[in-house]
Amino acid sequence: MRGYLARKTLVYGLTFVAAVTLNWLIPRLMPGDPVQRMVARAAVQHPETIASMAAYYERTFGLDLPVWQQYLNYWAALFRGDLGTSVWLFPTPVSQVVLEAVPYTLGIMIPAIVLSFVVGNTVGAMAARSRWLDNVALPVGYLITAMPYMWLAILLAWGLGVALGWFPVAGGYDFGLVPQWSWTFVADLLHHWVLPFLSLFLVALGGWAIGMRNLIIYELESDYANYLSALGAPRRLVRRYAFRNAMLPQITGLALQLGTVLGGALVTEIVFGYPGLGKLVLSAIQNQDFFLLQGTLLFVVIGVLVANFVIDIVYVLVDPRTRTGLTGATA
Amino acid sequence: MTATQPTTGPGTETADQASVAGATPGGRAGGDLRETLYFALRNPKVLVGGVVVLGFLVLGLVGPGFLRYAPMDYAGPPMAPPSADFPLGTTTFGQDVFAQFVAGLRSTFLVGALGAAVAGVIGMTIGFVAGYRGGLIDELLNMLTNVVLVIPGFVVLVIINAYLGVRSVPMQALYIGVFSWPWVARAVRSQTLSLRSRDFIDLARLSGVGVSTILRREVAPNMYSYLFMTFVLLFGGSILTAASLDFIGLGPTNAMSLGLMMNQAVQWSALHLGLWWWFVPPGLGITLVVGSLYIMNVGLDEVFNPKLRET
Repeated sequence: MRGYLARKTLVYGLTFVAAVTLNWLIPRLMPGDPVQRMVARAAVQHPETIASMAAYYERTFGLDLPVWQQYLNYWAALFRGDLGTSVWLFPTPVSQVVLEAVPYTLGIMIPAIVLSFVVGNTVGAMAARSRWLDNVALPVGYLITAMPYMWLAILLAWGLGVALGWFPVAGGYDFGLVPQWSWTFVADLLHHWVLPFLSLFLVALGGWAIGMRNLIIYELESDYANYLSALGAPRRLVRRYAFRNAMLPQITGLALQLGTVLGGALVTEIVFGYPGLGKLVLSAIQNQDFFLLQGTLLFVVIGVLVANFVIDIVYVLVDPRTRTGLTGATA
Repeated sequence: MTATQPTTGPGTETADQASVAGATPGGRAGGDLRETLYFALRNPKVLVGGVVVLGFLVLGLVGPGFLRYAPMDYAGPPMAPPSADFPLGTTTFGQDVFAQFVAGLRSTFLVGALGAAVAGVIGMTIGFVAGYRGGLIDELLNMLTNVVLVIPGFVVLVIINAYLGVRSVPMQALYIGVFSWPWVARAVRSQTLSLRSRDFIDLARLSGVGVSTILRREVAPNMYSYLFMTFVLLFGGSILTAASLDFIGLGPTNAMSLGLMMNQAVQWSALHLGLWWWFVPPGLGITLVVGSLYIMNVGLDEVFNPKLRET
């Protein structure tokens, strides 16, 4: 078990370094100069003012240092929790902007991931049992998996939001309300939450159902299942063993799917104007606020790594082979 | 990364061992190909999926030649619902939605094919070498695979597109491919591992041929069916990723795409104006193409794996 976790930690450590380095490197390969752009936006004509403004920005963002020092500074700042200053919302620090948006993204992502995983696996296990359900569930599952996240979001917003008027289609809460812990506000928050959650949940659902169905069918063909049936074990019992074995690859799959669902959450938020990280990414791109963009995405990467690690620990709890040092999981 | 790992991944990975069970030296001969075609043409999933995908492909390829308007032309009255003149209506600016859709299909297929090719080549190379060579090379390549696998590729793609301004469809496909190969490498590696110890591989090694020749002539042919299915899944995944990027506004600027259509529809509040003919077709097109690919893949699995064939 220690070997397994040590290996995983090494992978995540390397991934983190790679992600941070990419995040630092890519902007520096960009054509154009962010400082020039910021100075140009101030629209001053006086050359001395321009020069001093440029110098100020260079110092603020540490662009006047040698490259290796910029890289080290980037790491140092990162460990202080300092992701730089937003240009769009100058002078708010990026970390503050990001932290305000995170609860909204987690609020739709976590319920959507957990519920789609549970419901999808249950439906998939049931589909593997009956031909009738299988014939319906399989094509439907493949079609909803093939849906682009934003399209389902658009359809829901249009159908349930605009046409039927059941749910609001923009924002995280009513623009007339002030965020506070009151019943009206919380109710309104939930009302705005339903559609983004639902669209994320639905797209993720199909994949789990299909994966579970295929795995159950595969497990039922295996030797232990045949042996159990030959001993005269009830079908229910064989099914249950198959289900438990099929859960293991599904848990690994959950870790692999996090990035996908996250991309889905970002575009879903954009459709609904939901004030989470997705909307930040969009605003950052539209306003050319690269510090905000980088900070947001770095935060996302860290989140994915932490979630992966949590899933690995769950895996150790679920799969005894990893505890005893047998190679249960593909590390 | 976004929808790039096909959600059917976990299932196919465990089925690895089963599908190489009947490995033979030199792989499939001509008779096998005819047999494969015979079963493929009698499999409803392959047929239906294939017809839908081919239909859209043909529409995307020859369609633009028959259109009167270019995608961005201000062709007719604004916000017109579907009619004989404009089969899918017009946008708020009076652009022909059908012309945009047909042009968008082209980029969709292009990004799918190129992205899948790039990811497939990288993934197979790394998987073959890691699985066949073993040892330190395997350790290193496996580590690399795991690192790229965990990085949320979509996020990196957003950064790359935002900073470096990826403005053409092939470039976009290239970057998508570079971040979607890891699961291919893992699957190919595990299959190669199980093939490596077979007698016919030993024989080839004894006869003194090089590693690349063994991989190409002895190992790969036994996995053609699997590799083909992998390509189909990568194809669908690239399309979905590209659609998300286009939708955020990081798509190609010199071409029309289905994701870009949805981006513009949302941006110009087609939802609130009820212009359903603007935002329904692009998403439906993607869903049908990618969904048909997935369903076709299930059928292909049955064709290649006699155990799964329904009698």
